[in-house]
Amino acid sequence: MKCGVVVFPGSNCDHDVYHVLKHVLDQEVVFLWHEDTSLKGCDLVVLPGGWSYGDYLRGGAMAALAPVLAAVRAHADKGGFVLGICNGFQVLTESHLLPGALRRNAGLRFECRDVWVRVERADLPFTRRYSEGQVIRMPIAHGEGNFEHFAGELDRLEAARQVVFRYVSPTGEIDPAWNFNGSARAIAGVCNEAGNVLGLMPHPERCAEEVLGNKDGLALFESLAQGAFGRLAGAAR
Amino acid sequence: MTTATQPRVDLPLARELGLSEDEYARLQGLLGRTPTLTELGITSALWSEHCSYKSSKVYLKEFPTSGPRVLQGPGENAGVVEVGHGWVAVFKMESHNHPSYIEPYQGAATGVGGILRDVFTMGARPVAMLDALRFGRLDAPRMRSLVDGVVRGIGDYGNCMGIPTVGGETGFHPSYDGNILVNAFALGIARRERIFKARAAGTGNPILYVGSRTGRDGIHGATMASDAFDAESEKKKPTVQVGDPFTEKVLLEACLEAMRTSAIVAIQDMGAAGLTSSVFEMAARGGVGFRLDLDRVPLREPGLTAYEMMLSESQERMVIVAKRGKQEEVARVFRRWGLEVATIGEVTSGSRAEIVHRGKVEASMPIAPLTDGAPVYQRPVAPPADLARRQEAPSVPEPGDPLGALEALLATPELASKEWIFRQYDHTVRTNTVAGPGGDAAVILLKGTPTGLALTSDVNPVYCFLDPRTGGRQAVAEAVRNLACAGAEPVGLTDCLNFGNPERPEIMWQFRECVRGMAEACRALGVPVVSGNVSLYNETEGRSIHPTPTVAMVGVVPDLGDMPASHFRRPGRRLVLLGTDRGEFGGSAYLRLLHGVEQGRPPAVDLDAEARLARLLRETVPWGIVRTAHDFAEGGLAVALAEATIGAGMGATLNVPLAPRDLFSESQARAIVAILPGQLERFLEAAERHGVPALEVGESGGDRLVIEADGARIDVEVARLREIWTNALPAALGL
Repeated sequence: MKCGVVVFPGSNCDHDVYHVLKHVLDQEVVFLWHEDTSLKGCDLVVLPGGWSYGDYLRGGAMAALAPVLAAVRAHADKGGFVLGICNGFQVLTESHLLPGALRRNAGLRFECRDVWVRVERADLPFTRRYSEGQVIRMPIAHGEGNFEHFAGELDRLEAARQVVFRYVSPTGEIDPAWNFNGSARAIAGVCNEAGNVLGLMPHPERCAEEVLGNKDGLALFESLAQGAFGRLAGAAR
Repeated sequence: MTTATQPRVDLPLARELGLSEDEYARLQGLLGRTPTLTELGITSALWSEHCSYKSSKVYLKEFPTSGPRVLQGPGENAGVVEVGHGWVAVFKMESHNHPSYIEPYQGAATGVGGILRDVFTMGARPVAMLDALRFGRLDAPRMRSLVDGVVRGIGDYGNCMGIPTVGGETGFHPSYDGNILVNAFALGIARRERIFKARAAGTGNPILYVGSRTGRDGIHGATMASDAFDAESEKKKPTVQVGDPFTEKVLLEACLEAMRTSAIVAIQDMGAAGLTSSVFEMAARGGVGFRLDLDRVPLREPGLTAYEMMLSESQERMVIVAKRGKQEEVARVFRRWGLEVATIGEVTSGSRAEIVHRGKVEASMPIAPLTDGAPVYQRPVAPPADLARRQEAPSVPEPGDPLGALEALLATPELASKEWIFRQYDHTVRTNTVAGPGGDAAVILLKGTPTGLALTSDVNPVYCFLDPRTGGRQAVAEAVRNLACAGAEPVGLTDCLNFGNPERPEIMWQFRECVRGMAEACRALGVPVVSGNVSLYNETEGRSIHPTPTVAMVGVVPDLGDMPASHFRRPGRRLVLLGTDRGEFGGSAYLRLLHGVEQGRPPAVDLDAEARLARLLRETVPWGIVRTAHDFAEGGLAVALAEATIGAGMGATLNVPLAPRDLFSESQARAIVAILPGQLERFLEAAERHGVPALEVGESGGDRLVIEADGARIDVEVARLREIWTNALPAALGL
């Protein structure tokens, strides 16, 4: 699987995603520059976390207008895989490749901690190595992750099964005490209708190696690698 | 745009800018004439306490600064130490106290920005930060908003940069009511052969300016930072710089990329005293001269004078000496990242600075006498008149209710969890964080190796106030102990020496004694000082802060697979108490926070005992049998055990041969370890061989902390302790 990690000025999780794809899963990875108009033949495009262009306006608002986004949109329209993590998720909602919006956290403060997340769909190319209803632990680190949409649209998202991850308690219950940013319906990640574009606030790339004490995020990248080749390219590692 | 009439240069103006009468005369002597306004401004910045270390220099010489791993000691932007596998760690700590008190958000943010530039200007990618913060009482005027502003400022800057804040410390004490401390530490890593220095060379090589444009912010920041506070301090707000973390992030990436072009001779960030200190220091280190054409400096607004340009502390700017004919290679990289680049001058032969603006020579000065030859003072030193009273042995009441005392201590902002603060800092970005904030030492992975880097920052200002020599020794010893609890061998130390007004003999005495204590401990424990910073004049209306020599230490964990945690993780581990209690309460949290008594001699620091304890831990941790190691600090055994059980909610039952009050004694060189059950004998043998007193006292397990002492018992649910400990700080902040 050829993977591209987009670098906006201000991206700061670009190296982390690159590391997991390249050194943990042994995939081919290139960096894509924000002014690029071609995706260099990548099967998967990752929009990483960070502060694209400083995000002084609103998370992802400027990046949604970057030249590379036109190419990302064309890739998505053709059914190519697009993964947005944290700031990348914000870029995807701002560019309407994903529904909804990410507002300031309900507590109005940046939150960095581990959260428990329930996998709502395990039939996506991104999640096939998880099981439905599985509760996993992932780090969050964001100030604007409070997912919001119009009530009717939220119902429609649920009906179309576009909610992929939800913040839950360690035992898998939806509970306001475990929904740290106040997201509507505890939504932590959503996909588009076709299921080839995924955005989530938690950082799977930060929990993909044993040495960091948590490998719960690795299966997301393994799912994609497995999807591309019908087998797990990096399984030997 | 009207050109304001420039003020007349004379002694009163020189004084206003912070120069003494002698210093002004010295400058006139150097030049053989009356200085221009620009020359006066440059000199007042270079000779400020902040830039020249004129009061502290004579004592800083006492630190050991070399060792087999040290590639760069003090004198560069940061220290450089080998950490194995071809990697070096580049680190430094710096204060941003004065700006943070005047304007907490920007002051703290630009403190982070400044220390990060010090690290990446040496060619290292910053990978971890620590922050050592000291606040006053939370009910003192402005204090809650200062806490909030500082925490937001550090968070917004570091989070945007994508560099994890993995640890640090936060203290609260009335001596900081009118002068808080913000000490920021950054560590970067680089390949051994890829280190860059700020040593200008090569006549005719162009001097490039890169990064943000120059504005009027921060003019005379260095001078402001070299003055005490009074009722007028609010007016100093315009001397505080304004940070832009996004520009710093692209500057970081562009600098690291430009350093791969082989077109860079030297590079230095513009920190305190901006263009002045960066260019003068680079030239002084290289023994060359320079010429600057200020008409080429990129400006944020038109009409800045030469004086303003030379003294602006606008952030996110760097100076580069490029190889002649190759500057375009460098410029291309910066332009790709959307940054300003300008050639503003060149390296000249000889040893003079020539600064031209609008066709007029604004400054023509010899360089070395202003930098290396800056004034050095041996200021008068005298112990405080009330020292004997301060050190008088206090009476120590028995706790009627030891559990109540423990709960009361855990509920103080001083000893409570700092989670509310560190949750606002990204501590997992870069995917290296093996042990984050909240434990003894933070530990990050050196990617591609089994090795970890352990980081800690320590100082007990109350100990330093009661006996600065002992306090200085204790800060270093505690840092070594914290590293040893992770199995790490210390490889280097950086410091921020925060004190009051050095013109007062009592303050200078505190300074000298603290430095001597630190130097003794560094020698005994084998830790070189590789960088650091001095912050003086930390006082308001004549009231000084407690002496606060913050120590940040870096260690190497050879193999992360064996590393113990600082809390209990599994039941059935045998608990062993290391070290000896001597019932020491001078300056203790028990007396200070529960009985309002800040008096006595602080606990003695036996450097030999510290060295033995550290050696024992470093030998046994790689055996994989030490699963938990946690040292004793403020609040003694009781607080340390509470922390060790709260960490993962794993209880413990112990029986210790101590009087109830001695559960809170702060004798040094002590720790609790949890050993794999079948390995106890092996561990105890090692302890005996190293001469470390070791006593098996109980085991981990259950959900309660049970401590049996002589005639007293603490028996409490860990969950209850956790609740008290976690909620105390937000509650005290009124959240």
